[in-house]
Amino acid sequence: MSVSDTGHQEHPLSIYLWIWILLFVLSTFSYLVDYFQFQGALRWNLIIIFMMLKAGFIVAIFMHMTWERIALISAILVPPLCLLVLIILMSIEGKYTKFQRATYFGLEEAPVVEHHGKKAH
Amino acid sequence: MSESSGQVAKGGVVTELVTDWGEDKEVFKVHWGKAMMWIFLLSDTFIFTSFLTGYMKVRTSSTMPWPNSSEIFALSFGGEPIPLILIAIMTFVLITSSGTMALAVNYGYRRDRGKTALLLFITAAFGLVFVGMQAFEWTKLIVEEGVRPWGNPFGAPQFGACFFMITGFHGGHVSGGVIYLTYVAIGVLNGRYEKKGYDIVEICGLYWHFVDLVWVFIFAFFYLW
Repeated sequence: MSVSDTGHQEHPLSIYLWIWILLFVLSTFSYLVDYFQFQGALRWNLIIIFMMLKAGFIVAIFMHMTWERIALISAILVPPLCLLVLIILMSIEGKYTKFQRATYFGLEEAPVVEHHGKKAH
Repeated sequence: MSESSGQVAKGGVVTELVTDWGEDKEVFKVHWGKAMMWIFLLSDTFIFTSFLTGYMKVRTSSTMPWPNSSEIFALSFGGEPIPLILIAIMTFVLITSSGTMALAVNYGYRRDRGKTALLLFITAAFGLVFVGMQAFEWTKLIVEEGVRPWGNPFGAPQFGACFFMITGFHGGHVSGGVIYLTYVAIGVLNGRYEKKGYDIVEICGLYWHFVDLVWVFIFAFFYLW
């Protein structure tokens, strides 16, 4: 395996099969989070953990990032970090907008409320 | 597992990085098409993150309750509705296709044309199944539930706009990927890449895995939140 000078990515099949199974298991777990209706911080933590694990395995193994040279890795993985700034700014902005709306327009009711259990907003 | 660091890695990662960028010639020692695909995927990352961030902004600033995705996307097979089951099946379909894609890349470099083409066709078929299920989901939401980009019967009117934009854009990527994979698969069968080499399979594999990757985030943020 490993022929980075030609850029070829050839690895034993067993790695892919293991990651494949792992992705299945992780997906099942994240579905079960909803199925068993975990709520609050537990729900969020589980969702984020399973999501990051899945994303990590896909990028690292299926997309071969683990075996690439650092020049390519950094060129692809560093720029998205500035998206974090956007996410943080927008989450602050979102809370502010909601606060303004609630203050000046009041909280509205949904036209038809058909929530059976779950999430009391 | 990092044996691919090649010959420059003596001084460690920093030296390798500086040498690669400072060599006054090609920086990425990979097939040019692969470098280009990665850069395209980087730009796509920005597009999808912007969509998801916009969705987060709209959802956190809404004063009306956000529709409960667990119930909206529930399906019943005769009995009690199972929450989110359609989306779960779609997730498994996409992951399965990612697996077959990874195998296709592997067999491509082994120059096993038959198996590579077959696996590519299977991957494309799973992609079609995914798009089909999405079409079913859209039809159900638009026709039966009356969800529109400007309103819906469940709560915050922004739900429709977010849903159609995000899943629509992702579905478009899957559809494009199915066409791309089919094109490559036919080329593999015809021996189009015998001289050029089978990097093309890895390149379209990168695209396909990226589509799966985006779905991981959509599943977490749009459906599970």
